[in-house]
Parts: sequence; C-alpha cells; structure tokens
Amino acid sequence: MQKIYPSAEAALEGLLFDGMTIAAGGFGLCGIPERLIDAIQASGVKNLTIASNNAGIDNEGLGKLLRTKQVKKMISSYVGENKEFERQYLAGELEVEFTPQGTLAERMRAGGAGIAGFYTKTGVGTVVAEGKETKEFDGETYVLERGIRADLSIVKGWKADESGNLIFRKTARNFNQPAATSGKICIAEVEEIVPIGSLDPDSIHLPSIYVKRMILGAPYDKKIEFRTVRQREAA
Amino acid sequence: MATAVETKGWTRDQMAARAAKELRDGYYVNLGIGIPTLVANNIPEGMTVTLQSENGMLGIGPFPYDDEVDPDLINAGKQTISELPSSSYFDSAASFAMIRGGHIDLTVLGAMEVSEKGDIANWMIPGKMIKGMGGAMDLVAGVKKIIVVMEHTSKNGDPKFIPECTLPLTGKNVVDMIITDLAVCHRPDHDSPFKLIELAPGVTAEEVREKTTANYVE
Repeated sequence: MQKIYPSAEAALEGLLFDGMTIAAGGFGLCGIPERLIDAIQASGVKNLTIASNNAGIDNEGLGKLLRTKQVKKMISSYVGENKEFERQYLAGELEVEFTPQGTLAERMRAGGAGIAGFYTKTGVGTVVAEGKETKEFDGETYVLERGIRADLSIVKGWKADESGNLIFRKTARNFNQPAATSGKICIAEVEEIVPIGSLDPDSIHLPSIYVKRMILGAPYDKKIEFRTVRQREAA
Repeated sequence: MATAVETKGWTRDQMAARAAKELRDGYYVNLGIGIPTLVANNIPEGMTVTLQSENGMLGIGPFPYDDEVDPDLINAGKQTISELPSSSYFDSAASFAMIRGGHIDLTVLGAMEVSEKGDIANWMIPGKMIKGMGGAMDLVAGVKKIIVVMEHTSKNGDPKFIPECTLPLTGKNVVDMIITDLAVCHRPDHDSPFKLIELAPGVTAEEVREKTTANYVE
C-alpha cells in the first residue's frame, strides 16, 4: 500500500467536507502541519471544527483558516497572540470551546484509544466543569470529559519511513502524537522520508498504523514566535 | 504634615528569588510565564532542580546562543531555549500525565486574583481578555505545591488578595503560598487560613493589612 502522496492537495483528496472536525498537532507555531493547512485553506472547505491547542497567529498556521472564515469552532487552550481570532470571537462569528491544555491532550488521546470519556480533577469548580457530570473518587471531585474522535488528523513529523513510522523532533512532538491518534484518518507531513529499515524500531514515536497518508513537506521555513538568546562571554 | 514612609518592597527579581527559596534538591518544577520564569535564574548553587515545560520537555536549559537557536526547541512561553545532557522530550498527553498525576513537586504561577480560601483566577477577564487557560488549570489541579507570585495590588491600587475572586476561576482551593512585592503568606494545608509569614524590606504588617481585603492570620 502506497502511503506517500505527491502533494498536500493530493493527500487530502476525498477527505474534506463542510462541517467536519479536524484534530491538528502543534504548539504555537512549533510542529504545525503547515503544508496541509495551506491545502485546506485552498480547498475552500467551510464550517470546520478544529481541535488544536492554539489557533496560530495572524496569517500563520491555523490563523490562515480563521482569516478566510473557514472555521466555525475552535477547541483550544490558549489563543493569545492572534488579533483576528479575538475580533471574530468578540463579534460572535467564531465559537470557542476553551479546554485546559492537559484535558485537550487527553481528550485527543482518549478519543484515539477508544475511551469515550474520563474523569479529571482539572477544571473542577471552574466554568470548564459547568454542565458536566462530576463524581467523587477517594473523597475528591472529578469532572467527566469526553474523548475527541476527529474526522481527520493533520500532523507534522520530522522523519518517516516509507511505511509511515514516524519520529518527531524535540518539542515539535507536542500535540502531534495525541492528535495523530484522534482522527479516523491521519495525514502526516514530514521533513524527510527514508527507506523502510533505516529507522531503529525502538526509536519510533508514532507507529505506522496511525499514519494513513503522508507527504514530504520540506523545505520548511520554520517560524519562531519569540526568539530569545543569551550572549557569549568574551573569551 | 506627616511624611509618608517610603516603602521598598521586593522587585520582580527579588520576588522570584524569594520563590526560589522554596526549591529543594531533586525537585521537578514547572514555572509559569512572567515573573515565575525568573525563578530559574535563582536556583541555588549545587542544588539539582529539573524544570518541566508543559509543551513536552524535562530539563530546560538556558536561552541558546544566537547561532544555536532551534525553532523545534521552545518553552511553554514559545521562547527559544536549549537542552541539557539530562533533558528528555515527550508528547503533550504524557506531559500532562506528569502534571495531573502529582509527579511535579512545585509550580510557580502568576495570578490576577487569589482568594482567602486559596482560589486562583488568572486566565480571563470577561469581555476584555480571552487568551485562555493554557495549562494553568491542569497545573493547579495536579501539582503538589502551588506558589503564586504577583504584585500585591493591581495597577489601580486594588487589592488582589481578596475574600472571593471576582474573575472566572482557574482553580478552587489550590494555592499554598502567595509571594507579592510586599509580603509572603502561607498555609500548611487547604483547610487552614493563610498566615502572613514574612515582610519585604521596609514594609510593615499594617501596610499589608491596608492593601489586603482577604482575611488572614498574622
């Protein structure tokens, strides 16, 4: 079975429909599936519900889909640094389900693992728990959160072998791993595709079973939100 | 005319240094954005403290040199950082399993309000600010010890340590210690009231009382 597609557009063929739910990897602009986001924007698909920790920044990452108003609802934990997002939300054009970061990661992981819901202490006594079932375990209150089963997952990896085994790089792993498992179908874009047998099986982060389609997205011009450095002391 | 006594209090760096006194050898610690990040500069010599970044890293190193900046290596504040020989990487679900599972010893967070019952609000101002809670709700729900570092009053001079939070909560009855520019308040458990345990240089207990509406023990 050939999992490698020639372009993001080709990889998305037959998978997009208005009103669908997409789980996306990335944290800020780190490890975001930017080729796939661009192709989704170009497709013109609308009324999307997107589960992603952040919503990109203005005109970067998922911010591009916000600008074209293709997004109906975001399920996110943090959306600072995005003026267009704020404008649409305050104007009532965009729905947002604020979800604590750990709860969001676990909702994706659970959804992909066949767990319909789980109890967590996170958010108890806050607006996050309003309208949700709570239960006491060992004298402490927990709130029931639902797993997220997305129609499609889009993730960014570092290296893949031709069978779809994936390795992420440093903190670009973040939500890519749980997001990849959350979708009925996962498309991965990667920086390098190597022959089967080139990756140590013990080093695989995401086993090939989750990756149904993939594309070589390189070259990447990776964006940095806050470039912070230290000075070398004079020798 | 009575001359007002000039209060000194603690600077942002000094507040961070005070928070660093709560570190212990072997601790795994998560630091929030802002003043809490400065705690990393005050880890005592010879003490092993491992910093966790909730986007998926244990063992945060210093900011990189200019030619070592890596877009794939950032902290939870999206700043570029470096790794240490002891560092490890993991995904967001694993990261928050550590946090919720009670494996992190200490977290230092900023706050807009803290109530006398240990409630904390730091993620939104209805109609004004909608950034979101990020990982703060998970941290206050799961970390063993929660320290808040904040200015004692708002820019308008309003107390921030108050009887009941007016803003949407991040967590209910979770704060163990409050370090402000004026004082330190602590409680030994979540059933006890906060106690004023330390004053910043030049600050009197009376001044703290005047700038606080929360009930606490002196």
